[in-house]
Amino acid sequence: MVMTRTPAEEATVVAALRAGDESAFAALVDLHAPAMLRVARGYVHSREVAEEVVQETWIALVKGIHDFEGRSSLRTWLFTVLINIAKRRGLQEQRHADVAVLAFTGGSVDPARFRGSDDPYPGHWLPDEVPSPFPDTPEGSALGDELLALTHRELAKLPDQQRLVVTMRDILDMDSAEVCELLDISTANQRVLLHRGRAAVRQVLETYLRESA
Amino acid sequence: MTAAPIDCNELVELVTAYLDGSLELDDRVRFDAHLLDCEGCENYLQQFRVTVSTLGKVPLDELDPAFRSRLMSAFEDWR
Repeated sequence: MVMTRTPAEEATVVAALRAGDESAFAALVDLHAPAMLRVARGYVHSREVAEEVVQETWIALVKGIHDFEGRSSLRTWLFTVLINIAKRRGLQEQRHADVAVLAFTGGSVDPARFRGSDDPYPGHWLPDEVPSPFPDTPEGSALGDELLALTHRELAKLPDQQRLVVTMRDILDMDSAEVCELLDISTANQRVLLHRGRAAVRQVLETYLRESA
Repeated sequence: MTAAPIDCNELVELVTAYLDGSLELDDRVRFDAHLLDCEGCENYLQQFRVTVSTLGKVPLDELDPAFRSRLMSAFEDWR
């Protein structure tokens, strides 16, 4: 997903917005609003409220465009403001990144799949539990579509903070530093949330493929 | 290398850090060394890569046209 521009392109967009260029605004909305909606859903419970949060963010951009100094990219600016607004709206739901990280105590793979401490190879895969490679699934193949659908459903079931980090990293293709800054979490917490989320999806895919084999 | 080898149940927790390139050098060496003689973990890593690439294909919802119009009118009101 191409969501970043060169500084020169960005300056052109900002100038067009300042000049009241509606098509420049429409293009920017089409580029970022779907991702913004997805991120907003990590904080608020309904699509309606998420849409309000996104709308408020765009209004803030329009109001503030004359003062926009380009110290961050438009994308970073949009997501920073979005998350601030979404947090405020989602506060009654008492969501907090660090609580979500600390609440998790287990491993990301069922410990029963590994040999116990009385085994000559403790901590290694049990013979029946050794992972097999996932099959190649060409774009548009029936199995590929099925795995994608499963992935989509499992993503929706992840705890909020995991879903948010996985969405930002793997779907919106943001890098670790950007996610840490936007969510105001440590690098270590970001990694744990991403890993838990990915591992949960991996497990669902593995279970499906083992059962259908 | 004098560092203790890592076990499979440890390796599975390091995969995201490995893929991000954020493991300490020693840990990266131990991770790679383990992969060389553990087919299960090599497969686990492959599963993880496929999972990440599948996540990358999850589509974003299209904007609801009515919502998009609301955003456009916000622009018209303020410019």
